[in-house]
Formats: sequence, structure tokens, C-alpha cells
Amino acid sequence: MDFLVFQYPMITVQACLDGILLGVLFALIAYGMALQWGVMNIINIAQGDLVILGGYIAYFMYLYGIHPAWGVIVAPIIMYFVGIAIYKLVINKVVDRDLFISILATFGISILFMQLMNFAFGADVVLANSGYGTTMLFDNNVVLPNSKIFSAFISILFAVCLVIYMKKSKLGRAIRATAQNARAAKILGVDTEKVYAATFGINAALCGVAGALISITFTIHPYMGLPYTIRSFMIVIVAGLGNLPGVAMSGMGLGVFEEFADYILGTEFRIGSVFLLLVLILVYRRFKLSRKREYLK
Amino acid sequence: MKLNKIILSFVSALVILFSTSVASFAKVVGDKIILGAAISLTGKYSSNGVHTQNGYNMAVDRINSMGGVKVGGKTYKFDIIYYDDESNPKRAAQLAERLISQDGVEFMLGPYSSGLTKAIAPVTEKYGVPMVEANGASRSLFTKGYKYLFAVLAPANLYLDVAIETAVELNGGKPVRIAQAFEQDAFSQDVRLGILDAAERTGSKIIIDDKLPKELNDMAATLVKVKQMKPDVLVVSGHTKGALTAIRQIAEMKVDVPMLAMTHCDAAKLSKQHGKNSQYALCASQWHKSLTYKDDFFKDGMTYAADFEKEFGYDPPYQSAESSAALLVFKDAFERANSFDQKKVRDALAATNMQTFYGNIKFAPGGQNVDKPMVLFQVMCDAAGKCENKVVAPLKWASAKLIHPVPKWSER
Repeated sequence: MDFLVFQYPMITVQACLDGILLGVLFALIAYGMALQWGVMNIINIAQGDLVILGGYIAYFMYLYGIHPAWGVIVAPIIMYFVGIAIYKLVINKVVDRDLFISILATFGISILFMQLMNFAFGADVVLANSGYGTTMLFDNNVVLPNSKIFSAFISILFAVCLVIYMKKSKLGRAIRATAQNARAAKILGVDTEKVYAATFGINAALCGVAGALISITFTIHPYMGLPYTIRSFMIVIVAGLGNLPGVAMSGMGLGVFEEFADYILGTEFRIGSVFLLLVLILVYRRFKLSRKREYLK
Repeated sequence: MKLNKIILSFVSALVILFSTSVASFAKVVGDKIILGAAISLTGKYSSNGVHTQNGYNMAVDRINSMGGVKVGGKTYKFDIIYYDDESNPKRAAQLAERLISQDGVEFMLGPYSSGLTKAIAPVTEKYGVPMVEANGASRSLFTKGYKYLFAVLAPANLYLDVAIETAVELNGGKPVRIAQAFEQDAFSQDVRLGILDAAERTGSKIIIDDKLPKELNDMAATLVKVKQMKPDVLVVSGHTKGALTAIRQIAEMKVDVPMLAMTHCDAAKLSKQHGKNSQYALCASQWHKSLTYKDDFFKDGMTYAADFEKEFGYDPPYQSAESSAALLVFKDAFERANSFDQKKVRDALAATNMQTFYGNIKFAPGGQNVDKPMVLFQVMCDAAGKCENKVVAPLKWASAKLIHPVPKWSER
């Protein structure tokens, strides 16, 4: 066990900032997952693969000489239609079935996407260079790559736009109504089929944005999707469904927690400690839930 | 009527099965020596799998066109049966079984990567099939007492210890402070063991020892530690994603470290993907085209690289060169054994002592090649931003002088 955090106090500041910037990006992916989970009762295992596909869109723009930052506009548009297509082909057949069927179906989609991306784009690890510089703080002791700041800013921007859209627009209200009670919404004239398709499309578009940002900040590879699925799953589990501030907070919280686990326990325990936290939270939530049920009785 | 149909199809299935197995059940058909290989043509290793296959094919064509293999006064040609192992160890082991027991292959070439070689080696060992492999460097392959496994490449623990020794030498023989970050996979952990050995030998101290997850794409935490603790050497190994992530984040975070040593730079196409940011990185390599080893088939590294580029349209990475060398080793062993008896060929392989364009080849009892040192090259860029890999160690082949310490980011 290291105590670097105490030996070098600047590490604490660095860890907090890194964690928050990373967490915001993950929260964006998690928000998409929470949305479709809440509305359609589908846990999308292919979430991470949609992210990677979005990343490839930005990467190809970069290859053709367009600045990859434009990917945050192009990728969601393309991915929206990819999402609609996946919905029409597969998801609409499993949307009313139980959760297990949807997990299996999206797991299949995930494998298919991985193989297709590998076939189409090759197995090389790639990245898009944004050429954004670095921000130095505290006498050069804290460094923040501008690409990370850009990612966090864009993630927040998209999240805010989406919240407003969900509150104000007709479709947004229909989506929220369907999430609350699909049957009642249907009776009241909401075309739930259309709502489901739009929800899946919006989720895919969010993944597209996140993917474009990841290609600028990290690296992409056809088989790198699963960690993003797991991470967003965890954020949603911690935050609960339909709770956007919760998703944002749990995204950032997990990001910071992860950074500190890295410095205090060592890099090899970074992922492990997050999973441990997940188990603890699940146990705690269940405990809380069961108490509530008793109360309801 | 229905029963007749069933019986008929059953019998015809048997006939087809029998005829194909008879036709292919021979290691040498006519004037052909048939070798088997399971290679990752799809899946996550497919890029390097293709490099491996291209290396094999290049050598097969060259040996065949230059007179083939002479055994017992007769001339034979090489032919390879390939299967796609989908980058999956289980599949690779199944395919090795299939190559040996169904296709009757009696001599094997290795797959790509240590993990897949580890999956196949027990199968070839069980059947006593000699396998010359060119892409499995993990030390654990050579400590299991395998008798039929021969690797033309240097084991993983030797990849980067040259870097530590060079750093100590440049430090006036005094020990250095090492920071290291390795992915948690068999290969990278073996590289780590090599560094631990080198550190102990030179009395150097390891001040950061991070183990990175397999799905690594962020090593900012490690680099923050490096920035604060200021080691003399930073060693990174995590396949192509490790190399790409390290260079990106070192440049973004402006991490100053006198020496940066890593693996998989050429596979990651560092200089192409990162341009000038990759400058001064030291990279371990099994081979470089500027080395002066020679043989009768490919002449030397430069000629090999030119011929390879003509045929496949890209500069050969070391994965291709070592794969080509595997065929040269097989040819040499067949001719010395003067037989196709697996035991005799195995003994001939064990007694190999030759030079190829790729390097000297001589196997230790464990099967690893002990006669070929690793080389270190450094990424060097000109003012126009064009980057090239130049060999800087061992000194015998150095085509440029090592730039040390790496200039600070503020001075670049």
C-alpha cells in the first residue's frame, strides 16, 4: 500500500480533477443506458460497442483530414439511425419479454458488432489526435489535457440539452410517460412503439458522442467496448433509474474513487476496488429496499 | 423409402469421410512437405496474425523457388495448411488437434502470440509433432520441459533489460531509479520479470511498479506518479494499446523522464499515429532491417525488407521477419536430419546452429533461441516531422547515437 497521496499533496488535486473529468464522460454513456433501461426495461450489453462504433466515426473523419471534434456532431446523427435500425431489427421483438431475453439479445448484438468492426476496421488500436494542448495548474504540478476538459464540457452540454428536451418536447414527455407506465401511456394515445424506437436511437446517439470523445481522449479498438458497458451499468446501479443528477454524481464519484484507489491501493486494485464498491452498494441497497418493503406491509 | 435414403446418406458420408482422410493422411504428399499452422486471421490479433502469415508465405515461396528442401536425394517443396484460430486459445488448441489427427500434419508452425502458443504447445507435445514457432516469447513456454517446441525469438524477459543496462551505463555505472507499468498478461509480466532481474543485477531501485488492467486505455495515474517522483527510466509494456496510450498521455501531460523504454512500438505504428510526440521513445525489437545478419535466401535485412514491401506493400514488422526465419530453420533441420522421421527432425532442430537474415539461431534445452540478442531502436524525427526508427543498441549494429537524456517538453 502506498501513501503517495500524503507524500505528494498535489496528487490529491490531480486525482480529484482526473476522476471528475473521466466520470462526466462515463456518466453520459450511463445516462443513455439508464434511459432505455427505465423506458424499455432493457439492459443493453452492446452499449460499449455502440460507443466504440461512434469512436470509429470520429476516427475516420480524422483520417480524412476533418478535425475529430466534429465527430461529436456527426457521430450522434449516424448513430441515431444505427440505433433505430437495431431497434427495428431486434429490440422490438424482445422489448416486452423479460429482462433475461433482452440481455441475451443485446449480448448477441455486441458480439456481432465486435466482429463486424474488426472485419471492417481491422484489429489495430487507433486514436484520433485532436491537437488540443495541455492546461497546467499549480506551478505545473497539476496537468489537465485539454482533450479531457473538452470531453467533459461536451458531455455536460449534451446531458443538459437532453434534460431540457425530455422536459419540454412532446417526444420527451411521451418518453417519460412511457417510462412511468407504458400501458397507461398507450391508452392515452402515446405511440409507445415510436417512443421505444426514439429512446433506443437517442441512447445510440449519446453513445456516438461519447465514442467520438473517447477517440480523442483515449484509444479505440473493436474489442474494447465491454469495459464501457460494465462501467455504465455500475453507474446506473449506484444511481438508480431515471435519476439524472444521481447518474452524474455517481459517475463522478466512481471516477474519483477509482483514481484514489489507484494511488492508495495500487493500480492492480483499481478495477477490483470499483467492483468491491459495487457489491457493497448492491448489498446496502437491497437492505434498504427490504426495509422499505417491510414498512409498506 | 425413407430408411433407404437415410442408409444411403449415411454410407455416402462415411465414404466421403474415409476418402478425405486417406487423401490427406500424409505429411509428405508427392514432392510436398505439408506444414500446419493455426493463425489469427480474425479477432483481436488479426493484424499481427496476417503479418505472421505473410512472413510464412514469403519464406515458402522463396525456398520453393530456390530449389526447395533436399531430403534423401529428392527435392521437396513446402506447403502450409492454414486455419483461422479467431484469436481464441481454445479454438487454436482444437485446430492443432485437427491439423494433426485429421489432416495428418506432422510438422507445425506456431500461431501468433504467447497465449495461443501456450494453448497449442501441449497438443503438439502430446503427439510428438515438432513445432517451430516465431511469435510466442513468454518465458513460461520454455520452462515446462517441452521437447518439441522451438522458438526462433528471444524470450520476453530479455526484451527490455538492455534498456536498464544502458541507463546504468549512461549514469556512470551507478544504479538508476526505475518506474515501470506493465499490463497484466503473460507477455508483459515476463518483460517485468526481466526488468526485476536487471534491477537486481545493477543494484537499481524500482520506485513505481504498476500493473495495468488488460483493457488499458488510461495510465494517467501512473504518469502522475512519474511526474512527482521523477525516476531515471520509465518502462512500459502493454502491447500496442499500451504503447499508444503511453505516448499520447506522456505528451499531453508533459511528463519529463530521461529515458522512456517500451515494447510494441512498430506494431503500434507509433511514429505514424503520434508523429513527433513519439520522438525519443526507446523500443525493444526482435529484429530491425538494418541488422547485418546474412543468409542465402533473403541475403540480409535490407533486401528482405525491400522484397517484402514489393510483395505485400508495407515495411515488414519483426513479426513477419521472425516468421520467415522459422521456415529457414525447418528447411535446415530437414536437410540435416535427411529424413521425415519426427524424432530425427526434432533432434536436428535441437542441434540447430545457423545464421539467418533475422539473426543467429541456436536453441537452449527449453526451446528458446539463445543466440540472438534483442535490439533497441529509438524513434528519431527530422525537422519536417518525418520519423524513423534507428537502432541504438547493441552498439555493434547501432545506426545512430542514443539521445539521452530525452529533452524536456518545455525545450522541444
